[in-house]
Amino acid sequence: MDLFEYQGKQYFARFDIPVSPGDKADTVDEAVAAAEGAGYPVVVKAQVQVGGRGKAGGIKLANNADEVRTHAGNILGMDIKGHVVKRVWVEHASDIDEEYYASFTLDRAAKKHLLMLSAQGGVEIEAVAEKDPDAIVKLHIDPVVGLDSATARQAAIDAKIPERALDGTADILVKLYRCFTEGDCDLAEINPLILKPTGEVHALDAKVTLDGNASFRHPEWAEYAATEELDSREQLAKTHGLQYIGLEGTVGIIANGAGLAMSTLDVVNQVGGTAANFLDIGGGANADVMAAALEVINFDQNVTSIFINIFGGITRGEEVAKGIVEALGRVDLRAPIVIRLDGTNAEEGRKILAEAGIPESKLRSEATMLEAARTAVALAKN
Amino acid sequence: MSIFVNENTKVIVQGLTGGQGKYHGLRNRDYGTNVVGGVTPGKGGQDVDGIPIFDSVADAVAATGATASFVAVPPKAAPAAILEAAAAGVEFIVCITEGIPAQDEARVFNTLVAKYPNTRLLGPNCPGIISPGKCNIGITAGEIALPPTATGPNVGIVSRSGTLTYQALYELKQKGIGVSTCVGIGGDPVPGTNFIDCLREFEADPETHAIIMIGEIGGSAEEEAAEFISAHVSKPMSAYIAGVTAPAGKKMGHAGAIVSGGKGTAQGKMDALAAAGVRVGLNPTEAGELMAEIVSGLG
Repeated sequence: MDLFEYQGKQYFARFDIPVSPGDKADTVDEAVAAAEGAGYPVVVKAQVQVGGRGKAGGIKLANNADEVRTHAGNILGMDIKGHVVKRVWVEHASDIDEEYYASFTLDRAAKKHLLMLSAQGGVEIEAVAEKDPDAIVKLHIDPVVGLDSATARQAAIDAKIPERALDGTADILVKLYRCFTEGDCDLAEINPLILKPTGEVHALDAKVTLDGNASFRHPEWAEYAATEELDSREQLAKTHGLQYIGLEGTVGIIANGAGLAMSTLDVVNQVGGTAANFLDIGGGANADVMAAALEVINFDQNVTSIFINIFGGITRGEEVAKGIVEALGRVDLRAPIVIRLDGTNAEEGRKILAEAGIPESKLRSEATMLEAARTAVALAKN
Repeated sequence: MSIFVNENTKVIVQGLTGGQGKYHGLRNRDYGTNVVGGVTPGKGGQDVDGIPIFDSVADAVAATGATASFVAVPPKAAPAAILEAAAAGVEFIVCITEGIPAQDEARVFNTLVAKYPNTRLLGPNCPGIISPGKCNIGITAGEIALPPTATGPNVGIVSRSGTLTYQALYELKQKGIGVSTCVGIGGDPVPGTNFIDCLREFEADPETHAIIMIGEIGGSAEEEAAEFISAHVSKPMSAYIAGVTAPAGKKMGHAGAIVSGGKGTAQGKMDALAAAGVRVGLNPTEAGELMAEIVSGLG
């Protein structure tokens, strides 16, 4: 789950990482109130989960209430690369001496945490990596050992961060690492991490991705989930607890297992079709889950055929079949289903489908993934 | 021969009294796996369909001599269950649990490396391992796997995806090709066992004559495997990578399956494997067909 900047800053504040005083605002009046609270001058920042906000005019400096009104009025409702701005963050503008970069992620190849630190911040770190790879210090951290302030300070020295910013940087690194680990982040990034003329080090931006698997121990994440940027199909899928990603094509996809679902998309593409979605009903999917999945697919007006691709492991064939029969009773499906059912209890499943008396115009069974894909694509084009 | 497990492997099931543990644990036993016990704290002394339950892994190991554990407990409890098994001296742990936080996985993996170097973890979030005809630990439907023949050629399978693992077994069975061992390493960011661990074992296993590898988008495990194959694998291989059409920036179900910053694409992985001499299919069926060609060439 990706957080908006203001949520990231609020999350940072939980771990005592210094951020600028400010507040979120959904209207021009709220923006003025936030500016009065933060103290002028302020920066009005569009809250969208896409890069290049500044270039698009989504970040503006304001010295008084009139300027806040003008900028907030322009930015709220602005379209930035397809993302409509519904909210701004208004914070006290900082004086900046220098800009650095700091982030923690998991290095999957090394199976360790990875600190990336650079004295060249404020620009895309990928650009720095390409132009001057030596300007980025990469430090692996054993998750069992963790990060202490001496190690953090040494990393800052290695990154050529100047003497007067070392203590502040090391302090923030240790706090950011706590945020990353205890806060269950996939990514915790500060760009830029700034040095003020007064010598304080401070997070001017916040990019945080939370690990959804850890939501059971973070009740405070509920408010972030409520503002997630989802299309209406994804919203419906989420209420059913389904792993769904909306795409642009016409063949609705239901599969069990992420790998098989991805593969189903690929095969549909290979035989000349386009997938309307990715939908993994996961292991242990029962009749209710299948019915919910069909409901979500049916909600997508672009769908002209549905390809159900099930290979049973935990998911049992007879459960899938019962789910389809039940869903056909509950939901008036606009598109025909093509199903390929194999694996655990597949024969029982096929028997249930055959005996349910569903007409061939609504449901067809195919023996292989490739044949089922061809049939589904042909039906989608009719 | 087979890798990691065989007909002598004694298995306990952590969570045998739970829904998933009972269903799959009993299926594994019915398949012929030597399931010698179950572990559920507070339920020691009971049994599940004749299989004795113990309060702790240590008790179960002491009583049964188990060397492998099948962890089928919920995400909150799984990290502690894995470490308990390792502390009790279990050498091979299969964890099917889906949804363990990445921070916990990283901590568990590095704890195993530091404190229990002789323990191998398979998973989490994996379908498990099957050596057809000998041992099946996990959720694979055993009947879709053809046992290896004495003369071969037999194929080893290693896969990051659960259902695609079954798909591969099924494709080989349709073609009458036996499988030495099929390992599902799982799609999470920190798998206990990776492609290279399995490829090394398959290369050394005299009963394995060829290898199928199934990968997916995200991370760099396939690229690392390709490097290893170039240098160390002499047996012929075919491969399939899922996610050619996956859009960048979207997590495709698995915690690990995401194309980000132009890295981890299916095409990049296919190119790396092809450059290492692996025959790459565009779908699972094609990878199976390529393997059939390889096998018929081996005679």
